Amino acid sequence: MALMRTMAALLLLVIAFGAAAGGIELREFDDPVMEKRYHDLTASMRCPLCENQAINDSDAPISADMRERVYQLLQEGQSDIEIINHMVQRFGEYILYNPRLESRTYLLWGLPIALVLLGAMVVVLMIRARRNASAKALSAEERQRIDALTNRKRSS
Amino acid sequence: MKRRLLLLLLPVCFLALALFFYQGLSLDPSQRDSALMAREFPTFEASTLRDENRRVDQTLLEGEVTLVNVWGEWCPACKQEMPQLLELADNGIRMVGVNYRDTREKGMQFLSEFGDPFEVNIFDPEGELGFDLGVYGAPETFLVDADGVIRYHHKGYVSPQDVRERILPEVEKWR
Repeated sequence: MALMRTMAALLLLVIAFGAAAGGIELREFDDPVMEKRYHDLTASMRCPLCENQAINDSDAPISADMRERVYQLLQEGQSDIEIINHMVQRFGEYILYNPRLESRTYLLWGLPIALVLLGAMVVVLMIRARRNASAKALSAEERQRIDALTNRKRSS
Repeated sequence: MKRRLLLLLLPVCFLALALFFYQGLSLDPSQRDSALMAREFPTFEASTLRDENRRVDQTLLEGEVTLVNVWGEWCPACKQEMPQLLELADNGIRMVGVNYRDTREKGMQFLSEFGDPFEVNIFDPEGELGFDLGVYGAPETFLVDADGVIRYHHKGYVSPQDVRERILPEVEKWR
């Protein structure tokens, strides 16, 4: 039991050091809003080198450079859009996890909406068709056949 | 009949999407154009690798088609592509280096060991010019035309085949 406890403590220690060596810097912010913006911005940009990590999650040197630049620009008082433009100008649209709405991405953003509209149209058409079918009156012959099949006796 | 057609729509949609996604599988996300394509070379001000008192800026790249190669002593692929860069320089192409995130001492040692195809090397120890160029790993090579506009970008190692099939034709095209 004591051995287990020591091993667990050692494991925790190793994990803690591993996280500390992960290279994500601690930064000082005077303003909690700015800190939140920093976290949101670095979470919304993809590392150009590692391809599926956000820059706040990546050890690549370029990610560290980009985090540093985001921090600098925030300190200079630039807006989120200005900072995003600054990065896209250098590293391309590729780094945005949320591509911007422009002629090249109309299909990307428009397709889901178009599909929902199409689905709604199909549902409306189906409901209408069903309603029309049930509203159709039965002929006398059909009614007799139904009565016979269901063993029903009509009073009228 | 109408119903049949509607039912047929489903497999057709499926096939179209399957083809679209299948094509996506063969795309290589690391092969993408530089964001600086057809834009002017970023403005900069730096010293040169050999002479810390000599200042250079973006006008260095005007007047002649130039290949700008971003390299560092720490970068193994940069060593491997040196023979190709020397060959390009022998072909009369103007070469300018960007010594990226390196020290003067190591950079100079690299050049004396592997050869120096560069007319001049821009010294960029903090990687500032590299950042403005959107460089995320050396080596990277940019072709800049006589007006200082970036016309071609080669990411990574330049093989002898790349020299023949890509870089030389591009240089000819913009000369």
